[in-house]
Amino acid sequence: MVAVIVVLVIVVVIGLFFWLGYNGLVKRRNQVDNAWSQIDVQLKRRHDLIPNLIETVKGYAAHERGTFEAVTAARANAINAQGPEAQAQAENALSGALKSLFAVAEAYPDLKANQNFLNLQEELTSTEDRIAYARQFFNDSVLSYNTKIQQFPTVVLAGMFHFEKREFFDAAPEDEELPKVQF
Amino acid sequence: MYEQIARNKRRTFLMLLGFVVLITLVATAIVLLFGGGWVGVVIAFVIAMALAWGSYYNSDKIAIKASRAVPADEVEYRRYHNLVEGLCIAAGLPKPKLYIVNDPAPNAFATGRNPKHAAIAVTTGLLEKMNRVELEGVLAHELSHVKNYDILVTTVAVTAIGTIALISDIGLRFAFWGSMSGRRDNNGDSGPIGVVIAVASLAVLMLAPFAGYLMQMAMSRNREYLADASGVLLTRYPPGLISALEKLQDDHAVVHNATKATAQMWIEQPLETDPKKQGSKFNNLFDTHPPLEDRIKRLQEM
Repeated sequence: MVAVIVVLVIVVVIGLFFWLGYNGLVKRRNQVDNAWSQIDVQLKRRHDLIPNLIETVKGYAAHERGTFEAVTAARANAINAQGPEAQAQAENALSGALKSLFAVAEAYPDLKANQNFLNLQEELTSTEDRIAYARQFFNDSVLSYNTKIQQFPTVVLAGMFHFEKREFFDAAPEDEELPKVQF
Repeated sequence: MYEQIARNKRRTFLMLLGFVVLITLVATAIVLLFGGGWVGVVIAFVIAMALAWGSYYNSDKIAIKASRAVPADEVEYRRYHNLVEGLCIAAGLPKPKLYIVNDPAPNAFATGRNPKHAAIAVTTGLLEKMNRVELEGVLAHELSHVKNYDILVTTVAVTAIGTIALISDIGLRFAFWGSMSGRRDNNGDSGPIGVVIAVASLAVLMLAPFAGYLMQMAMSRNREYLADASGVLLTRYPPGLISALEKLQDDHAVVHNATKATAQMWIEQPLETDPKKQGSKFNNLFDTHPPLEDRIKRLQEM
């Protein structure tokens, strides 16, 4: 009788471990995938804002043609980029082009006072923030997932059901030269 | 940063454990005094829980109403909405409802029983006085209150205190009534040990509610440090929140529609504090928030 109960308890404990452990891993892996697609959502948002921005700036600074063309080309490149690495590079180039566009705008007081331009500037700034935050959240999710699949006891399940380690999102090399904030 | 978060979480756990010890002490005192009374203890716990549950479930509505907050317009307060949306992406939380309190004193609070039913409110003074980075630091602090389930923690603390206060009150009344009518319930044992036990039990009953209140305040201060640390974990930029707290330090306006009941939700103590008493340790025991200098110092150490 006692033996039966002991066996039953062991079976239940192992069953619970499989059930909860497996679900936990799936949840974390899906979070990583979702976090990755969130980055794309924010990047697309930025792409959608740019034509509007260019139209607004054109009205005030029509002869800055070179800057517009650089932004438009960078946007097209970013949209067409294939694969994470190429995409990251194209997006960084786009960020740079946008920076020079805003630098150009500094020279036009009328433009800087334009409500529409100010709104677009706020939208683009917050979109840049969101892209950074989405990448941060992706890396946080990867960290939590990778830790889970390497820790005992879930490492056993991860091995059995082939939960693979994920790569972190790396900032572009030129970004790494920026001064680091010390925590 | 990570250590500060872990340390603050450990402290919350220890404090919750402290509440359990305190309730056990009070219950033991009751049993020693009256030779029974477990039913009373359980009833007191159930009543306190029902009261706290009601306030927990309606915490957001009550807080919003009490501070006269109105929903923040998406177009008019675009930056406020944008910043919160960004931080929610970083935290992996749904976007809370956003409110505005029409008050020139810069302050903000968060409420809601879980991330799905959360609300953040800021005063118009905060939006005017803070720049983008500072505002982001403050909002990250508030969002951390939501993420850390601080409303739940507070509710647990309030339940514990309610229980302690109820039992102690009933116990003291019974002890008083019992001694007046000259009746002793505990097997008539009245040797010196019996007297000591009775006196000690009465002392526990009298002091427990006070101790519980102090613990709740300590817990509230602890959660502020935690929200500061986890807020910075979201923005990854301590100087933003530091500079915001410094601005709050220089601003002595107090929020109009804040009461003692809602004090612990705001980012800075919203009520007037006597500047002369500021340095005294004893006064600090009753504060819901740690002194701003201490919070700034801890942020600088990150």
